[in-house]
Amino acid sequence: MQITVKLFATFRNGRFKLDRQEFRTGTDCRTIVLGLGLKEEEIGVVLVNGRHAALDQVMLDDDTLSLFPLVGGG
Amino acid sequence: MNKILRVNMTDLSSKLETVPAAWAGLGGRGLTSTIVAAEVPPTCHALGPNNKLVFAPGLLTGTPAANSGRLSAGAKSPLTGTIKESNAGGTAAQMLARLDIKALIIEGIPQKADTWYSLHVSMAGVTIQEETELIGKWNFDVIEAVEARLGKKTGLLTIGPAGEMKMTAANISVKDPDSKLRSHGRGGLGAVMGSKKIKFISIDDAGAPKVPIADPEKFKTAARTFAKALLEHPVSGEGLPTYGTNVLVNILNEAGGLPTQNFKVGQFAGADKISGETMHDTIAARGGKVKHGCHAGCIIQCSQVYNDKDGKYVTSGFEYETIWGLGADCCIDNLDDIARADSIMDDIGIDSIETAVMFGVAMEAGILSFGDSKEMLRILSEEIGKGTPLGRILGGGAGSVGKAYGVTRVPVVKNQGIPAYDPRSVKGIGITYATSTMGADHTAGYAIATNILNVGGYVDPLKKEGQVELSRNLQIATAAVDSTGMCIFIAFPALDIPECLPALIDMINARFGIALTGDDVINLGKHILKVERQFNIEAGFNNTHDRLPEFFSTETVAPHNAIWDFSDAEIDEFWNF
Repeated sequence: MQITVKLFATFRNGRFKLDRQEFRTGTDCRTIVLGLGLKEEEIGVVLVNGRHAALDQVMLDDDTLSLFPLVGGG
Repeated sequence: MNKILRVNMTDLSSKLETVPAAWAGLGGRGLTSTIVAAEVPPTCHALGPNNKLVFAPGLLTGTPAANSGRLSAGAKSPLTGTIKESNAGGTAAQMLARLDIKALIIEGIPQKADTWYSLHVSMAGVTIQEETELIGKWNFDVIEAVEARLGKKTGLLTIGPAGEMKMTAANISVKDPDSKLRSHGRGGLGAVMGSKKIKFISIDDAGAPKVPIADPEKFKTAARTFAKALLEHPVSGEGLPTYGTNVLVNILNEAGGLPTQNFKVGQFAGADKISGETMHDTIAARGGKVKHGCHAGCIIQCSQVYNDKDGKYVTSGFEYETIWGLGADCCIDNLDDIARADSIMDDIGIDSIETAVMFGVAMEAGILSFGDSKEMLRILSEEIGKGTPLGRILGGGAGSVGKAYGVTRVPVVKNQGIPAYDPRSVKGIGITYATSTMGADHTAGYAIATNILNVGGYVDPLKKEGQVELSRNLQIATAAVDSTGMCIFIAFPALDIPECLPALIDMINARFGIALTGDDVINLGKHILKVERQFNIEAGFNNTHDRLPEFFSTETVAPHNAIWDFSDAEIDEFWNF
């Protein structure tokens, strides 16, 4: 299945902004995160199609996964 | 801090008063709101002689506590008609604290309608002088002239032409350590200062002693723990210094909460071009400063210095809400033009949030087109800056232009523009907008932390459950933090790191030799909110004003098709404490 992966803030360093990637059906967020060389404890916010998700959420074909470290402002 | 400095502009007199016992334990917002509630008739005209403008440093301001240099300003707001507190960085708060001034109260209005004044505050007290040379001048010229007259170190509170013309979006600008500006932005306090015919207040703290600390050892230990928490938390220790507050553009855009085209949709196609990540790279490439503090002792350093293509200074203190408003909400994806607009707004002395929200409404009204950044720049300097009839309508903020042009989609609560986060898709902040004693104000109870950023836990932004309680807890805590002189961004570590808040309370206890508990601090927050609410009730406000504009309940917002669906009774539950 095809997943759009978007990275933000420091996660872009040495990686990418946006990439379309192929994964096996049934892949969860955690597998994708670890595959990017990110550690679980570095993850601040996970959005799947713009909604907050847990790392064990299973991805579906054509989903968008957005990953952020903890960030804030306001 | 033991003195209240009271200036009467009607008879041009001043006096030093001792602090009444009831005010002794208060600072910052707790003090400014208490004084306004005690001394200003709630039904008075905000620009008339019975309103008072009050400045107060926080309880910890002037001490070595990290991030404690914020100044609180309070009055009845000419924009909202409610009580108003707006706090800002800059150098003035710490100077006032060292001068032992717990509050500066300015009352009355001069009898001569055409005469302007300046105030000068120093160890000798305050002098009131007639001012002619700088009337009509924009803020950066005022800074230059006052520094030439009085020296580079002089602290400065100033109003631009917007404040002189009593526009209800006018701010009060505060000089920062680099002779640039910070703002008491919201609620039109610049118009109140203009109504009192004060162009600027200069401050000289030469000869002032250090702020006394009752228990220096205890203070030092607590200050170290507190600073460590600020530096350890990923938001205050890494995200804010690297990307500034503008790091929020992308995450709000991804979550569908970035109000775009005057709150039509929740995502902006040009978001990446105006994002914190792009801004960081642009600043670095042009030799600007990625991080910068608004006051001495700030260790978060969320500010920055933004240069143009040729490496020349354009603006600093370039915040998410400004960039969101002129960017996404006005469909402008040119960060350089937004930076120029930010600089003009500082220079003419107008709130960059109210003005950004106003431009979204002005674009919907057809005064200019969505995306037309060049016309926006022209309007700022040629219409608002010069006070043309159109400029005065626009300088009155979002509600003013909405009314003048018959726009029905006007994002305001209590006539104050709604900032940067769509209340339909980030429902916790919607409760804050509806219920805040200040009118729509994201800083009053920053539910974004828990709705979007996973700080202080998580409450689903798209559901109603838990939002009223979240907003209530945050508004109570914020009212207390706003009394300490602390930057509100200390809330990020305070929500997540258990040692942070006790260290803050320990610093207050060590400073004054008292023994406040966590419960005392929460009770202080509750008390402040109730004092402010009571002022508003006596000014004519009731539950029906704690509502969002109708269109949020009738139009869904993409991409989640979210709608504002709280009942009146659910919102009113907020005040049940």
